Amino acid sequence: MTGKEIVYDVIIAGAGPAGLAAGIELAKGKANVLILDRKQEIGCPKRCAEGLSNSWFNIMKLTPNPEWAVQKIKGAVLWAPNGKSVKMKDKKELGYVLERKMFEKHLAIEAAKLGAKILLKHQIIEAKRENGIVTLKVEVHDHVEEFKAKMVIACDGIDSLVARMLGLNTANNLKDTDSGYQYEMTNISGYDEDCLHMYFGNEVAPRGYIWIFPKRDGTANVGIGIGAYVSAETKINAKGYLDRWIEKQPGLKDGSIIEVNAGGIPVGGFLEKMDADNLLVAGDAGHMVDPIHGGGIGIAMEGGRLAAQVALKAVKANDYTSKTLGTYTKEWFTLRGNKLKTRLKSRHLLEHLSDDDFNYLAESITMDEALKIGNGSLSKSEKVMLFTIKLIKRPKLIAIMKKFFV
Amino acid sequence: MVAKNNSNKCAYCGACVGICPVAAIVLKDTRIFIDEKKCISCGSCVKICPVGAMSLEIKKK
Ligand SMILES: Cc1cc2nc3c(=O)[nH]c(=O)nc-3n(C[C@H](O)[C@H](O)[C@H](O)COP(=O)(O)OP(=O)(O)OC[C@H]3O[C@@H](n4cnc5c(N)ncnc54)[C@H](O)[C@@H]3O)c2cc1C
Repeated sequence: MTGKEIVYDVIIAGAGPAGLAAGIELAKGKANVLILDRKQEIGCPKRCAEGLSNSWFNIMKLTPNPEWAVQKIKGAVLWAPNGKSVKMKDKKELGYVLERKMFEKHLAIEAAKLGAKILLKHQIIEAKRENGIVTLKVEVHDHVEEFKAKMVIACDGIDSLVARMLGLNTANNLKDTDSGYQYEMTNISGYDEDCLHMYFGNEVAPRGYIWIFPKRDGTANVGIGIGAYVSAETKINAKGYLDRWIEKQPGLKDGSIIEVNAGGIPVGGFLEKMDADNLLVAGDAGHMVDPIHGGGIGIAMEGGRLAAQVALKAVKANDYTSKTLGTYTKEWFTLRGNKLKTRLKSRHLLEHLSDDDFNYLAESITMDEALKIGNGSLSKSEKVMLFTIKLIKRPKLIAIMKKFFV
Repeated sequence: MVAKNNSNKCAYCGACVGICPVAAIVLKDTRIFIDEKKCISCGSCVKICPVGAMSLEIKKK
């Protein structure tokens, strides 16, 4: 064991979007910051379909760069089980599909240029708090090293253990987690490359959906997310559902697979407590994911940035107890709590739609209406009106819609 | 019974690590380690695994 003399202000566990955004913010604030990741290449393997909407570019002040923002997206197509679809497409771009490893390397380079130190192939295996200092035991190549910091930001993803080592439980549960599987495929066709495609239905993806996220000509992320408990009931796992669906798609079944990805997705809403003495939690580790579509890149960066801002206050006050750090969870819920509530309601709605309901919706909404819903030009009451008229024949849907809008 | 990992099927995504209520599973690069002493045989890892790489098997003495 080799001793490290330095006591960092902050050690960030994990160099994903959350950890790198936190690193950038801390380095900007001139904190002494170290980012550790067990991987040997930043961003690989991805556990992600790489879609990022424009709003996140604005929130995180990012300019899309063709090196990593590889595909413009102008809309979405929702596919019902009977093959009917609703297309919501705009003239301008609404977001991008990224090449995530290039994106994360871009963030890492920015963090390092600003003064953050990054070390890869560093696996944190133990964390202990003693006299206000956190000591991390880290496996490095063939030996174990100790690293010390005044505090840790756990950005270690869905499989976060670092916060758990420090007494804050970040574990997921089956009800609130999705099981995800994906191929990056090439030499495929038969879908509009300007749009994200989502396929719904109980046979297709119970309590979830299959997606095609286009990424350059004839190449796309083709994946699935299903409720984590589903496979126990149906005896088919995420890979099983995806494989049998691809087999039936003429434009996909003869394509080639250039990457296999998998991952859990924490869709049940944020952790109720994401701070403790000498500890903050951000990103997937804090379950910061959109409960409907499972997107977590943007919100992980926003969470990482907020954690860093609170950490900077702790550095300034030289107080790393929950007296200073304890504002973090509250600030996060002020920022994102209300949105989360409505999104959880919509998720509830989606979970209760049957195949018939999806078919009915796809048949009854016109292109024009879909566009208005898609580009946000309908007010809330107009939306309620539209759905009520559409759903009048389906009392069950009205009841669900009411839950959604109240 | 105790959780087992089939490394041929495993995609090393860590979904089992996050779902394990007793933190008995660790992902290191492309290896899964299971602490058999901690495992409570709840089967959560088997259910969430996207590729069917986890199973519950009779514990060897
Ligand atoms: C199949 C799938 C598709 C998805 N599609 C999208 C999408 O299209 N758009 C979107 O926005 N989101 C998507 N997501 C979600 C998104 O990928 C995550 O929300 C996002 O990666 C979270 O970022 P993070 O920084 O919190 O965690 P991660 O990106 O998981 O980073 C965590 C890092 O911590 C490291 N680490 C963990 N433990 C240790 C340890 N003990 N020691 C050292 N390092 C450690 C890991 O190696 C990793 O690099 C998808 C997820 C899945 C599974």
